[in-house]
Amino acid sequence: MNDKTNKNSIIRLFNVSKRFGGKLALKDITLDIEQGELIFISGPSGAGKSTLLKILYLAQKASEGQILIDGMNLARISSSKLPFLRRRFGMIFQDFKLIPNRTVFENVALVLEAAGEKPSFIRKKVMQVLRTTGMEKKFNTLPPTLSGGEQQRVAVARAVVGEPSVVFADEPTGSLDSKSAQAILDFLMGYHKKGATVLIVSHNLHLLERTVSGRNIEISEGRIKRIATIFQDKERKQ
Amino acid sequence: MAHFVKKVLTDIRSNRFLNLITIITISLSILVVSVFLLFFENASRVIESWNQGGRAMIYLNKEFSLDMLPKLKVKIKTLGDIDEIVYISKAQALDKLKKNMSSQSAFLKTLKENPLPDALEIRMRSYNSFEEVQKFAQSIKALEIVEDVEYGQGWLGRFLQIFNLFKITGYAMCTLFFLIALFITANTVRLAFYSRKLEIEIMRLVGATETFIKTPFYIEGLLQGFLGGTLGLIILLITYLMISSGMTQSLASYMYFDVRFLSVKTIVLIIVGSTFLGWFGCYLSLKQILK
Repeated sequence: MNDKTNKNSIIRLFNVSKRFGGKLALKDITLDIEQGELIFISGPSGAGKSTLLKILYLAQKASEGQILIDGMNLARISSSKLPFLRRRFGMIFQDFKLIPNRTVFENVALVLEAAGEKPSFIRKKVMQVLRTTGMEKKFNTLPPTLSGGEQQRVAVARAVVGEPSVVFADEPTGSLDSKSAQAILDFLMGYHKKGATVLIVSHNLHLLERTVSGRNIEISEGRIKRIATIFQDKERKQ
Repeated sequence: MAHFVKKVLTDIRSNRFLNLITIITISLSILVVSVFLLFFENASRVIESWNQGGRAMIYLNKEFSLDMLPKLKVKIKTLGDIDEIVYISKAQALDKLKKNMSSQSAFLKTLKENPLPDALEIRMRSYNSFEEVQKFAQSIKALEIVEDVEYGQGWLGRFLQIFNLFKITGYAMCTLFFLIALFITANTVRLAFYSRKLEIEIMRLVGATETFIKTPFYIEGLLQGFLGGTLGLIILLITYLMISSGMTQSLASYMYFDVRFLSVKTIVLIIVGSTFLGWFGCYLSLKQILK
């Protein structure tokens, strides 16, 4: 099930499979994602959506197949170079993955510290991003004292502070109320409009209804079941 | 670097108890090692001073007469590394004895005959071992005209035996305590690593290099080693000062040497060693965890 092939492809997957023991979690995935695309990866729980995302953000290795990121073959990249590739990605998780004993500021600053940025730049940039996510006033707060929506806004700030060209979001609104979910989605849409590629994994079809562009990749039992534009999806439902 | 130092201080604060235990363990290990080093340094100094300026008395028998002296001196010089030979006649020896005994010397006046023998006091140059000195003394004693040779063989032999025993025990204890400190340090790092597992996972995801992740652990290990070593030396210094100030002048005068604290070179060596210990414990632990 090959999708369109484009010279602007930022991520390309060729017959990618992932095996956990004897069980195949992903089977023969072939996919092209263009620079600046908005991609939804949908499907029921256990379909393999998160596994696919983990492979894309280099948290897991594919058992079979080839993955090209910006023309670079992941299989040929040494482990010492992986951190530099990861800096081009931003990640958002359903459980936020914030460091509980570090302040909001420190959690967001970690990305820039890891990239070796100067403290003066880090201070300026982090406060700027916290302002855009509405978390500026809580910069000195520890994450456990924040609400779920606030924690996810911090996680979003951390994901975009390094101005990555690709943002991966794994069920970003999964544990949020509808108002917070909309705020997160709006922010991601805004970031996508600036030219970034955004991949959102979600089993929540309401998210698709709230967006007007992009592609929906439906996964079922580890395989790509269907690829359609959001527009096509909406038309089909009507 | 400021980021790493800040991070290390935060981690030490959040794992205060664990870090304290590690520092105390390292300090106790260093204390044991330092006590042995203190003993070795002082004992070596005594042996060295004896070797460099060691004296021996050769007591001559009754057949000795002054005209034999030049030949005897030549003969003795051929037997060993002699710096100086001084002849002490029995009359001189008696005078010296009278002076030394001062008020109790009255009974010496009642002596009809001088019971002391003629003697040669010799000063030896350095010797490599006690066995060498012993061999030299035996060769002098074998001379017909010599009655006896006294070179402190009794106490020196015993001293060297104890010294060697302490040396072996010292090596064993130092190795044991080094391993204990290493084990504790490695485990502290391991616990710290697991307590920060989420943090490390996030660091990796945001593009932190392995060096960025490991550096705070290494700094923590170095700091623990340095602080542990310094604390161990401070405890030893306080103990040393308390003991040496409590030692009266009269007691000190009975000792043939003064007990000195560790040399600056040894202190620096101990601190460098303990700092290395902290680093090495961290290295072993991270190597095992991240393999």
